[in-house]
Amino acid sequence: MDTFKSLIIILMSSVLVNNYVLNRFLGICPFLGVSKKLNQAVGMGFSVIFVMVVATAVTWPIQHFLLDSYGLGYMQTIVFILVIAALVQFIEMALKKFIPSLHKSLGVYLPLITTNCAVLGVTIENIDESFTFVESIVNSLGCGLGFLLAMVLFSGVRSKIDDSEIPESFKGLPATLIAASFVSMAFLGFAGIVDNLFA
Amino acid sequence: MSNKNSNLSILFKGLLLENPVFVLILGTCPTLATSTTVIGAIGMGLAATAVLICSNMVISMLRRFIPDTVRIPCYIVIIAGFVTVVEMFIHAYLPSLYETLGVYLALITVNCIILGRAEMFAGKNTVFKSALDGVGMGLGFTLALLSIATIREVIGAGTFAGIEIPVLVDYKIEFLQKTPGGFLIYGIMIAVVYKLTHGKAPKKTKFGCESCPSFSVCGGVKCDNTVKEAK
Repeated sequence: MDTFKSLIIILMSSVLVNNYVLNRFLGICPFLGVSKKLNQAVGMGFSVIFVMVVATAVTWPIQHFLLDSYGLGYMQTIVFILVIAALVQFIEMALKKFIPSLHKSLGVYLPLITTNCAVLGVTIENIDESFTFVESIVNSLGCGLGFLLAMVLFSGVRSKIDDSEIPESFKGLPATLIAASFVSMAFLGFAGIVDNLFA
Repeated sequence: MSNKNSNLSILFKGLLLENPVFVLILGTCPTLATSTTVIGAIGMGLAATAVLICSNMVISMLRRFIPDTVRIPCYIVIIAGFVTVVEMFIHAYLPSLYETLGVYLALITVNCIILGRAEMFAGKNTVFKSALDGVGMGLGFTLALLSIATIREVIGAGTFAGIEIPVLVDYKIEFLQKTPGGFLIYGIMIAVVYKLTHGKAPKKTKFGCESCPSFSVCGGVKCDNTVKEAK
């Protein structure tokens, strides 16, 4: 039961409290780039969840059974980024061949994810926090869900910005960033929720 | 971008007119994440500059040998290699900075500035010009980080590089140290730079594909945010 509780805590904290986009500044580029329309935001969000979980499932064993046992810890960054890049390519090909319908909806976003810092970030964080394999998977799932949540919420905010009158200098990106600031302010309210989850 | 060929302009364009952070809008994640303290900002800026100069030079040297179709993986490996070197160096000699930067140090690998400059500049220019471009862009990045960090630290924490400022420390606005403050200051700074350059710097109204490191992978075909730019 305690392991289950700790998993729930990891999940909640990575979705709400330590939201990657709105609290940790990871994955800002796709967050600002692809959040213009709701359907794009959802597509990107699900692709990120998918890649994060699969990447963690691959990089965790590599770190623990390959790099650690041969004292190659310093190769972590190089190995992880290569694994993620190869994995994304592979997932795209596999989806195209076996599940064309899913490829149609997610395929567009997959190549964009290779260099998404959130994916590399979550795999490295799982190692740094010395999570077990199951905890790592749950953490990645939570981070992906948090990313999706932030994207969906923000795409709603952005559709409002387009209709409003903004001073010339602030048009476009500055206004978007300031809106992001307000959304992330709302997420500050979640701080502390996890500590009292089972109290 | 391409008709200004003199070496000086390559060096200086990174500082304001083509500032990677405020004008090209590259490398947003580390900009926001490490700009809470001045020390962290300088450390991040210089670490990224070192990686940028080295990777620009090596990529420029190898530009005739790297096949076009696999150039992105090649670039990533070169960059990740230099990031590892810088990471080990900082870990050994500046352990407190290593603690401050944390995971963001390893994430220089996926910093769009570095891959972006490799793709936009180093892959097409000579070694010397690429090194200059690396210095200019790196300093522009450091300068931008420093300016955001100064605002956030002085007003948000009442200190500058860890030294308390007498009056301000009693009236700090802690909000600026937190995440929303980062977004807010960054947004305002972009607007200010646009005003200062009187629109001379091509302002991005949206995130164009060329700011995204995967631009070369998707070619801007698949992505709806494409700013039509012939490659």
